[in-house]
Amino acid sequence: MKARVHVTLKNGVLDPQGKAIGHSLNRLGFPEVGEVRQGKFIELELTETDKDKARQRLDEMCRKLLANTVIENYSIELVG
Amino acid sequence: MKAAVLVFPGSNREGDVAQAIELVSGRKPQMVWHGDADLPKVDLIVVPGGFSYGDYLRCGAMAAQSPVMGEVKRRAGQGVPVLGICNGFQIVTEAGLLPGTLMRNAHLKFVCADVHLKVETSQSLFTSRYQAGQVIRVPVAHAEGNYFADDETLKRLEDRGQIAFRYCAPDGTVDGTGNPNGSIRDIAGVFNETKTVMGLMPHPENAVEPMFGGTDGKALFEGLVEALT
Repeated sequence: MKARVHVTLKNGVLDPQGKAIGHSLNRLGFPEVGEVRQGKFIELELTETDKDKARQRLDEMCRKLLANTVIENYSIELVG
Repeated sequence: MKAAVLVFPGSNREGDVAQAIELVSGRKPQMVWHGDADLPKVDLIVVPGGFSYGDYLRCGAMAAQSPVMGEVKRRAGQGVPVLGICNGFQIVTEAGLLPGTLMRNAHLKFVCADVHLKVETSQSLFTSRYQAGQVIRVPVAHAEGNYFADDETLKRLEDRGQIAFRYCAPDGTVDGTGNPNGSIRDIAGVFNETKTVMGLMPHPENAVEPMFGGTDGKALFEGLVEALT
């Protein structure tokens, strides 16, 4: 089974990288771009076949390593 | 004072802090490789600066999960003092030994410069040789030193006197002007609740000899030697 984890900054946490990306896009002729938030995308190959168990383990992975819950939220998506 | 300095792949200030400790205590600290869960019995554990694990995922995130850090957490729980400097500060926050986290500098640039710090309290192992309110000058060198914690955590830190140092102007004014990285409330260093763990972004170990631009960092190590010998 494959899993996709998205890690994003929590609302209210300043994202200077997202801001810089937004400014660059505006400068490149995309004035329609407002706020930009940058995150991480992590794809994992799992041996687990049970979806519930996989989700539970992924949740643990996110809390232990993949996300820093002081500033980041995460979401888990199972594929296939 | 017996000290251990941890070494991770990508650490680069371990030699500097070992030298500072030897200069002040007369005793070489023991260097401990990250893969060793076997930490010698010591009076002080230092997590040095650098770029452990190439800053992969988040600064300090991988190092915080290394075998040696499990043992460091256990010792910290027993009250053994832990000092995290720069990347070491990032590692101990990621390990959950200190509140908050260090984010990318607000201006997105690596900053390498001398900064002024206001000592917030002299009531700790780490700051006993300073006066509360004293201004010291030490260098910083980092791209992710932007301290952040939520409002509730900040209030708790302020109420309990857990802020160790704040960035300030040369005259001691704390108003953001001396802040090199956007840290919330100009915070440069914090303690845990018992003040036995301290983390800071600046490098006191690089301000211990006049030849290298200043000696304001020396008192931090002198205080530790005095308290732990």
